Amino acid sequence: MQEGAVLEMRGICKHFPGVKALQDVDFTLREGEIHALMGENGAGKSTLIKVLTGVYPKDGGQIYIAGKDAPVKISSPQDAQNIGISTVYQEITLCANLTVAENMFIGRTKGAFTKWKDINERAGRILESLQIPASPTQQLASCSIAVQQMVAIARAVDMECKILILDEPTSSLDEQEVAKLFKLMRDLKAKGVGILFVTHFLDQVYEVCDRITVLRDGKLVGEYAIENLPRVQLVSKMLGKELDDLSEIKKEGEGETVVSDGAPVLQASKLVSDAGIKPFDFAIRKGEVNGFTGLLGSGRSECVRAIFGADKVLGGQVMMDGEKVRITKPRDAMKHGIGYLPEDRKQDGIVGDLSVRDNIILAMQVMQGPMKPASRAQAEKFADEYIALLDIKTASTETPIKQLSGGNQQKVILARWLLTDPVYLILDEPTRGIDIGTKIEIQKLALKLAEEGKSVTFISSEIDEMLRTCSRLIVMRDRKVVGELTGEDLTQNKIMATIAGGE
Amino acid sequence: MSTSNKTAAKKGGVISGLLHNQICIPLAALLALVIFNLVMDPSFFEIKMGYSSAGDPVLSGYLITILDNASELVILAIGMTLVTAASGGQDISVGATIAIAGSVVLRVLCGTESRPDELQAPIFVAFLICCLVAMLFGAFNGVLVSYFNIQPMVATLILFTAGRSIAAWINNNELPIIDDAVFGYFGNFIPGIPIPTPIFIAVACMILIALTLKFTTLGLYSQAVGINPHSSRLNGIDPAKVKLITYIILGLCVAVAGFIKVSRFSTINYSVVAKDIEMDAILAVALGGNALSGGKFNMGASILGAYVIQFLTTTLYKFNVVSSALPAYKAVVVIILVVLSAPVVRQKLNEIFKKFNERKTAEKPTDGPNKGAKEAA
Repeated sequence: MQEGAVLEMRGICKHFPGVKALQDVDFTLREGEIHALMGENGAGKSTLIKVLTGVYPKDGGQIYIAGKDAPVKISSPQDAQNIGISTVYQEITLCANLTVAENMFIGRTKGAFTKWKDINERAGRILESLQIPASPTQQLASCSIAVQQMVAIARAVDMECKILILDEPTSSLDEQEVAKLFKLMRDLKAKGVGILFVTHFLDQVYEVCDRITVLRDGKLVGEYAIENLPRVQLVSKMLGKELDDLSEIKKEGEGETVVSDGAPVLQASKLVSDAGIKPFDFAIRKGEVNGFTGLLGSGRSECVRAIFGADKVLGGQVMMDGEKVRITKPRDAMKHGIGYLPEDRKQDGIVGDLSVRDNIILAMQVMQGPMKPASRAQAEKFADEYIALLDIKTASTETPIKQLSGGNQQKVILARWLLTDPVYLILDEPTRGIDIGTKIEIQKLALKLAEEGKSVTFISSEIDEMLRTCSRLIVMRDRKVVGELTGEDLTQNKIMATIAGGE
Repeated sequence: MSTSNKTAAKKGGVISGLLHNQICIPLAALLALVIFNLVMDPSFFEIKMGYSSAGDPVLSGYLITILDNASELVILAIGMTLVTAASGGQDISVGATIAIAGSVVLRVLCGTESRPDELQAPIFVAFLICCLVAMLFGAFNGVLVSYFNIQPMVATLILFTAGRSIAAWINNNELPIIDDAVFGYFGNFIPGIPIPTPIFIAVACMILIALTLKFTTLGLYSQAVGINPHSSRLNGIDPAKVKLITYIILGLCVAVAGFIKVSRFSTINYSVVAKDIEMDAILAVALGGNALSGGKFNMGASILGAYVIQFLTTTLYKFNVVSSALPAYKAVVVIILVVLSAPVVRQKLNEIFKKFNERKTAEKPTDGPNKGAKEAA
């Protein structure tokens, strides 16, 4: 093993039916470093981590751990924990119906008897030291997603690990929380913990990481010290091609985004739902891309959910093409040509065990009605068409969607709504947790739909992404619409100022 | 040459496809039972011409018995599969509601008397009313499950407990007996047709459900709702409604099964009619490799599972297992089947099969080209 390394993976291979997920990949983690693992969706990041943590058995290669001469065998997450590898996954894997403390200590108490009082106290101390706003006896489900994520990290941190894996821990955190997390990561680094950090945010990589390993299509591209790899190069290594500039998309679209003057496609006034938002007004015109922006929990998603009828609508009225419509449930919205790609892909988007084909035709099928099922051949045709159109990477149309990578799952959901030929499409965080290449594809798609005369509402946590796609931004703070920005006002500084408020 | 290669490849695909298909579990179980009976006593498969109690010539033999007696179970398995898929739970009240359904049929046919000389209502009307009542009870379960979010087993526990009392109450706790030849046709034989009528009814139900699954989106909806109710709702499906519909369909299945049951005996015994049939129905779904936690289902596999259970029961009867010991024997077989069908075990079996295959193909090349040459010649 190399000097100072806490973990070495050599020649790791992993195959899935029809896919070589990892081919001969090496990875080295040193003591006291934060090491970014970068790659597009399907590059093999998640697979590598799952092999390391014993979720998947590997098909080839060795794993070495500091202090042990022989390669270690990790055949279960329990094994990984025992040899000091702790993991916080992208999607929260805790039990929502247990308390915070129970989640932190589950599977770690020794013997048959548990002293809950001690555990609650200990959990309280850890939460306090990490400044996590949760009480040990609180049910986890009652915490926000961000806090749940931090509890997961707290659990990992408390296990005295030498190797900490953070698989996209920041994708649901807002900036302050990210800053807290980074402070925590630096503290741990100072203590000699090796941290493997997976994220899609380039800024974050350059903020905290010491080293980068890049994967592409299941193969190792290389390992680089952070100072030797400028951003542009990192991106081009991840994509495997030279990329001029990410901001190019907007430019080609600019000038063409003609917003027609006629009646708005959809106009909502004093709309309010039971999700706790203040009544808001909203309008979108034909061929327009607009967006809701604001911090996490500011009510962005709740607004679009109210429009789609996903939450219970308590008041207000909605006009479409100048006529009053009543939308009380998603089915109503769909009938009026509204599509909604939800924020939480896993819980609200995919139907995990169903095939890619059934997932694609689902919404179209519902609109056709229960007595007119699409024939197998028809469904197959639609699925093939959209798999080709959106370049969805799947072994077949028959593959259960849960086996696809996050970005490809998202594309399937997009395909589902495109197939219904909506006049107005709401995309709520369509790019969360997916790679840059797919992100750009989705942004382009939103602009293309607008060019075709459809209207799109785009929500994203990344402001520059919003700037690239939207011609009008509705800013939210504390569940209230606080401003609307268009034209020259659409700058990062202006948006930040509006979000922060207080003039 | 190339065509023969293709068919060979296809053959391999069919075998491995079958292994991956969940229908292989009940199929393998059926095969094992068939082989067991062939070895022990081939006369098990004999079908002879005999005479029914009415003196008509009919087919008789263990196979006929199995197909006949499995009918109610098969019909219930259809509804139970849908309920399981959509609601992620099972209806344990089907035995008790069969008692209710049967009781309703008798009540309508008997009117106010308990042993009428002639039927007080057409059989057809009795059947329709029985369907209506059973579907109402199904809807009762369904509403508890889908609109009140009560766990299916708890919700259906109510009728499981109360159903047989309700059945007795419907007929004032009397035991009506129907003395009508036509009424007996549905559970026994129609004169001139040597095959028991319940077999036809079961086949009709199978055809009906196959058509329903083909010409409506019931299959897609119930699976989607069972897998992910949140995203189903956001795609315009009403999860509660879909669940309710599956319970009503199961109610209809109960009505048909109850009708056959009372027709078999022309009377009813409230406390023993269709006793423990709910467990067999659930078992049929599980044997078919369907997850009892809901989601994807395979209707054919469930139906085959129901026949396997009846095959097993009849086999045990044939070997003179005392009826009180029957459940114990059954349990042993069930344990084996369920363990074999567990995903963990199946994966291991698949791996073994794969290795075996690889070894076989490794040995093959020596005679492969020769064979090919021969064929070409």
